[in-house]
Amino acid sequence: MSELLNIEGLTVTPVTAPTRLLVNDVSFSLAPGKTTCIVGESGSGKSLTALSVMGLLSRQLQRTSGKIIFQGRDLAAMSNEELRQVRGKQIGMIFQEPMTSLNPVLKVGYQIGETLAVHLGLKGQALKSRITSLLEQVGIPAGRANSYPDELSGGQRQRVMIAMSIACEPAMLIADEPTTALDVTVQAQILDLLDELRQRLNMGMLFITHDFGVVADIANDVVVMFRGQIVEAGPVDQVLNHPQHPYTQALLACVPDAEGRKPLRPIDYAWLDKEAAA
Amino acid sequence: MSEPILSASHLFKTYTQRSGRFGFGTSTIKALDDVSIELRAGSTLAVVGESGSGKSTLARCLLQLLPLDSGEILFQGRDLAKLSAEELRSERRYLQMVFQDPFASLNPRMKVGEIVGEGLLIHNLGSSAEQREKVVKMLKRVGLDEADMQKYPHEFSGGQRQRIGIARALVLEPKVVVCDEPVSALDVSIQAQILLLLKELQQEMALSYLFISHDLRVVRHIADEVAVMHNGRLVEHGGVDEIYAAPQQQYTRNLLNSIPGHKHMAAQLG
Repeated sequence: MSELLNIEGLTVTPVTAPTRLLVNDVSFSLAPGKTTCIVGESGSGKSLTALSVMGLLSRQLQRTSGKIIFQGRDLAAMSNEELRQVRGKQIGMIFQEPMTSLNPVLKVGYQIGETLAVHLGLKGQALKSRITSLLEQVGIPAGRANSYPDELSGGQRQRVMIAMSIACEPAMLIADEPTTALDVTVQAQILDLLDELRQRLNMGMLFITHDFGVVADIANDVVVMFRGQIVEAGPVDQVLNHPQHPYTQALLACVPDAEGRKPLRPIDYAWLDKEAAA
Repeated sequence: MSEPILSASHLFKTYTQRSGRFGFGTSTIKALDDVSIELRAGSTLAVVGESGSGKSTLARCLLQLLPLDSGEILFQGRDLAKLSAEELRSERRYLQMVFQDPFASLNPRMKVGEIVGEGLLIHNLGSSAEQREKVVKMLKRVGLDEADMQKYPHEFSGGQRQRIGIARALVLEPKVVVCDEPVSALDVSIQAQILLLLKELQQEMALSYLFISHDLRVVRHIADEVAVMHNGRLVEHGGVDEIYAAPQQQYTRNLLNSIPGHKHMAAQLG
């Protein structure tokens, strides 16, 4: 099988309301070394899809059906013990808010080292030199290993998160809105860094975002989600330039362009509902 | 070109913070370093910059919500700093603000009717029946309805809360509205709705907007003039078309080149 990740018929509901389909029969795949972006508005189910892949859904939610085949093994059928072996080693993760994802009372070097010690059993000098090399790879001076998270800027914190997530050279990286909290210039740097690492480590990247500009910069393939369902999926040029589904068209029409030549048009949800019924 | 309604000249503002290992030392940060800008009546001036550039400090100083170190702010020709507390209070009616976070900027224990009507009450504008009428009319104008007066902010979505924030600012019929990142917390579809609403209201009520934003795509759509801030200084200032077509400063060029997807958009539009 050529795919790195293959999601088939994933459905997620609240435990107390199994008829409310938060993620509804979602299927798509991710090739090794490629980037797939999941785009959608808040509540579209894009983050829940990513959390399901990692087995990190909150206890109020349940996966009622679906297979998540990663490197030929079904993550959905694994025990927590087995999942722990995969998470952080074969699958790296980055989240939106780097401040809340880092432990404020531990030095960042120690936090990067934790992953290496647990999954690769590194110790002493070997561990130290690996931490130094990881920090250099993400563009942070090695001396920063002794800093606490609050001593770093937002962009640097996100770089530390990236260093942690690629520590074991994972086959897949899941990034949930990793640049949303950052300034535009820093965002551009982080996107470049992620793309460079993807190529060098041949990682597949599952990238969650609400920003079509980011999609245009980084994606090979795009999955558009709306109310828990995939409404459109395909190669990035096709989805952005020739969107087929009315929702994708409407969502693209809301995005302001930097040239200011395109009139803004908000989504007419009532019209979409009528369109869907027809 | 219309007259400036608000003009600021040579604004300086520094913050002092404790520094050093035990906080015994102090260091100063220049948040505004000789900033001069003019807002023309009926137009939109966007102030763009990254975090820490001083754009929010500028907004707060212009509305006299923060004291300046030095500088002069003229609103309709009058120096705001020279007004007595009472005179300033009555001028505030004409200088309103829409905030970034629609979750943090509405009192969770007040009903929407009270939130929107509070300014009318404070400025003692009309009888209570007239005030109520104004609140209802304003809520309807921003796309909410009369029944919403009895609800609390938590019953609304982010976009609806931002509409409440806009109604609260505009019910006083202000002249200048400072919008501090009014759409950056919203989904792109809701963002488009709010931007269009702000544009329509500007036409109807002859409003002048000072629009603070870090999103250059949004600014392109709403602004007539753009001021670029970096480290407390105004690095570039001009009409929106000139700035986007021919930025003079390297910093502005860097900002424009960092807009996600700009190459794609440019290629698509030809």
